[in-house]
Amino acid sequence: MEVVFYIAAIVAIASTILAITRLNAVHALLYLIVSLLSVAIVFFVMGAPFVAALEVIIYAGAIMVLFVFVVMMLNLGKKATEMERQWQRGSMWVGPSILAAILIAEVAYMVASPVTAAYGATAIEPKQVGITLFGPYLIGVELASMLLLGALVGAYHLGRRTPEKTEKK
Amino acid sequence: MASIPMQQGLLLAGILFSLGLVGLLVRRNVIFVLMSLEIMLNAAGLAFVVAGARWGQADGQIVFLFILTMAAAEVSVGLALVLRIYHRFKTLDSDAVSEMRG
Amino acid sequence: MFHLLWLIPAFPVAGFLILATLGKRMPRKMVPVFGVGSIGLSAVVAILIAINFLTSAPQGNSYTQVLWTWMDVGGFRPQIAFYLDALSLVMILVVTFVGFLIHFYSAEFMEEDEGYSRFFAFMNLFVASMCTLLLGANLLLLFLGWEGVGLCSYLLIGFWYRDPANGLAARKAFIVTRVGDTAMTLGIFLLFDKLGTLNIQELMHRALVQWPVGSTLPVLAGLLLLGGAVGKSAQLPLQTWLPDAMAGPTPTSALIHAATMVTAGVYLIARTHVLFSIAPQAQLAVAVVGAATLTMAGFAAITQEDIKRVLAYSTVSQIGYMFLALGVGAWSAAIFHFMTHAFFKALLFLGAGVIIESLHHEHSIFKMGGLRKEMPVAFWTFLAAGCSLAGLPLITAGFYSKGLIIWDAWSSTRGSTALWFFGVFGVLLTSLYTFRLIFLVFFGEMKTKIHKRPGFRMLMPCVVLGILSVVGGFVDTPAFLGNIHSFTDFLHLALPPVTEGPLRGMSELGSEGLVTVAFLVGLYVAYLFFIRKREYAEAITTPAIGKALHRFWYTDWGMDWLYERVFVRPIMWFARVDKSDFIDYIYSGMALITELFYHGVRKTETGRMRWYAAGIAAGSVIFLAIVLFL
Repeated sequence: MEVVFYIAAIVAIASTILAITRLNAVHALLYLIVSLLSVAIVFFVMGAPFVAALEVIIYAGAIMVLFVFVVMMLNLGKKATEMERQWQRGSMWVGPSILAAILIAEVAYMVASPVTAAYGATAIEPKQVGITLFGPYLIGVELASMLLLGALVGAYHLGRRTPEKTEKK
Repeated sequence: MASIPMQQGLLLAGILFSLGLVGLLVRRNVIFVLMSLEIMLNAAGLAFVVAGARWGQADGQIVFLFILTMAAAEVSVGLALVLRIYHRFKTLDSDAVSEMRG
Repeated sequence: MFHLLWLIPAFPVAGFLILATLGKRMPRKMVPVFGVGSIGLSAVVAILIAINFLTSAPQGNSYTQVLWTWMDVGGFRPQIAFYLDALSLVMILVVTFVGFLIHFYSAEFMEEDEGYSRFFAFMNLFVASMCTLLLGANLLLLFLGWEGVGLCSYLLIGFWYRDPANGLAARKAFIVTRVGDTAMTLGIFLLFDKLGTLNIQELMHRALVQWPVGSTLPVLAGLLLLGGAVGKSAQLPLQTWLPDAMAGPTPTSALIHAATMVTAGVYLIARTHVLFSIAPQAQLAVAVVGAATLTMAGFAAITQEDIKRVLAYSTVSQIGYMFLALGVGAWSAAIFHFMTHAFFKALLFLGAGVIIESLHHEHSIFKMGGLRKEMPVAFWTFLAAGCSLAGLPLITAGFYSKGLIIWDAWSSTRGSTALWFFGVFGVLLTSLYTFRLIFLVFFGEMKTKIHKRPGFRMLMPCVVLGILSVVGGFVDTPAFLGNIHSFTDFLHLALPPVTEGPLRGMSELGSEGLVTVAFLVGLYVAYLFFIRKREYAEAITTPAIGKALHRFWYTDWGMDWLYERVFVRPIMWFARVDKSDFIDYIYSGMALITELFYHGVRKTETGRMRWYAAGIAAGSVIFLAIVLFL
């Protein structure tokens, strides 16, 4: 089973790298979906089937789809791809790459602590998740719902267009 | 289910996070910036789930749920703003939206 | 009654505070109630105290009221203490009474002005400072009053501050008197250092005991105090500020620059008379300054055309007489002349104010004329004051006081023939310019129409002062004219009498006679030139020598020109050259560094999102590194 984890990890990393280096937005988004699906597999391997499903349904299924819709709506075309090629030069990758490398090194240092714990391989069922969610984490649920309400209203307002005149701001 | 050392899970999360960071810093198109942001959020959530699985509790998954909620809310508002930026500036270049420079 | 002494300065202080804080907010009619009322109350208290003093004099002929200790620093313990004796009583009476009349006058004079309450606030502060000066028992309190009157003089000269010329005149007054004040401060330091106290009576006593007559220390101290007096009283060489001070409102000129502040120097010297009696060289300097000033100012006055400037130079000249009296040891005569001068000079200024107001702010006497019939009250009071100034024999106050000074200049052991001669010549000049003024303003044909007539509030003080200018002299008359000595006898409670030397062939009658002759010569010349044959005036000033002389005297013997070249220009040049020396670089350097910093930090605010994100990322990476590895 560990093999599945490693394969899914490599696929995730590879597709992420591809996602951030594409010139076409839709291509990048599709690669990102692949990455998300791989992460879902990792979740499943680790005994968290609930969030695996959640990842696929909501993250890859709703959020990414929203992205794709917006990109399609913007209708960027060939000109945008040309501009992207202009904007991205090799020299621009150097600084962030160094920064990322340092970060990875620090993370590796952090997790390479003497405490290794192989953990039990029991899966945590959705029922258990549900009981914990509506038990101790009830307030979080309420807050999350308020957040979603705020996002809803905000997105509605920002997306609105008054029919007569075009907005200035 | 297999038992995978926590360090490797966390390492995977760290690598994904750094990749997202690189994408954020390099790309000029705001769509890509938002996308990189999603990558980073996902990586953070992965770290949480790994930790939760290590201790055998549901808390990790619950936090991931919250992260997911937050990502959804942020994406919806963010993309609405992207649309607004496009209407106003006629471009998706994040460097063009620098009117608050000093 | 004496314990009410502190009320005399306290009422004007209260008036000042009320008007300064609430003046703009109170109804306009209320302003003079506070402004004039406070001085009125002071005058009433002064009169009550005077009656008490005259009927039952306190022990030792002086009264000291200690209010509190000002400070207690290292053994230096000056007190807020008021000292009342005959000298300060006379001066307080004159200051408060004449001050009250002038305030009453200005209630109408300044009525239209927008700075009505500000004016009264400053005038009240002035009277408070003057009273502090006169009543101060120690030199520190006296100096406080000294500075206070200087400040109020500055504020009132520059009262109409919107015109920069007024501000310039105020600055000039302040700076020139500052020179004198510095000398006075040095004198005070010297006295304190050598004699250990600042209480005036104590000081005089110690000086008498410790310093031999004619030694350097009292002479030095005397000269330094003379420097201060010269500045404040506008004598040579510091008299240049007084003619320019006429830029202030006329009541200010009347009160400050005629009757009271400019006599502060006279008071100072009279107060410290012991010091001068043991320093004959310093006293001689006082007399010489007085004699020179009265002559020079007299010449200047006969050429002026602005009515107030004539009166200003006249003031300088008359104070010269007072200094002359002090210089020959005739202390009481000087105070007598101070009192009569306060009456007639204040009246002259108030009358000038009436004329200026009626002719709609016309100042030049060559544009006035024929006002005799139109403004009878103004004419008669002005005439009374003018005759008193010139010294019309027998019926004016000025005759008696000036005659006394001139006689003492001859007869005193510290007097001399030369000083007496200058005094007599000064009478000629005084008579000449006074009657020139009167003839040009009131006689002849009218050149400017009358716009407005003065009201009761402006004329009543003029009438009162006019009466005083006539009868005020009868308190002290020469031996052959009644031999009344009430005034000088009263002052002898505080000041020593004149020591008379050998008469050298002149009697008092003879001296008065020659004074009368000088008066008549001046009167006749003025009559000739300005009533009968005005062509003579042009005939004299047309040839080159006449014109040059006229100009020379007109510009006060060129002193302004001299000071400009010798003092003002070098200092301004130096200030300009030293504008950015290295100390300035320290300050500008700090500004420069801050600016550099600003430009540096400004570069980080690009407005670009990626830049900020990179900043956050780099910061967190570094922070993480610190947490992990340090």
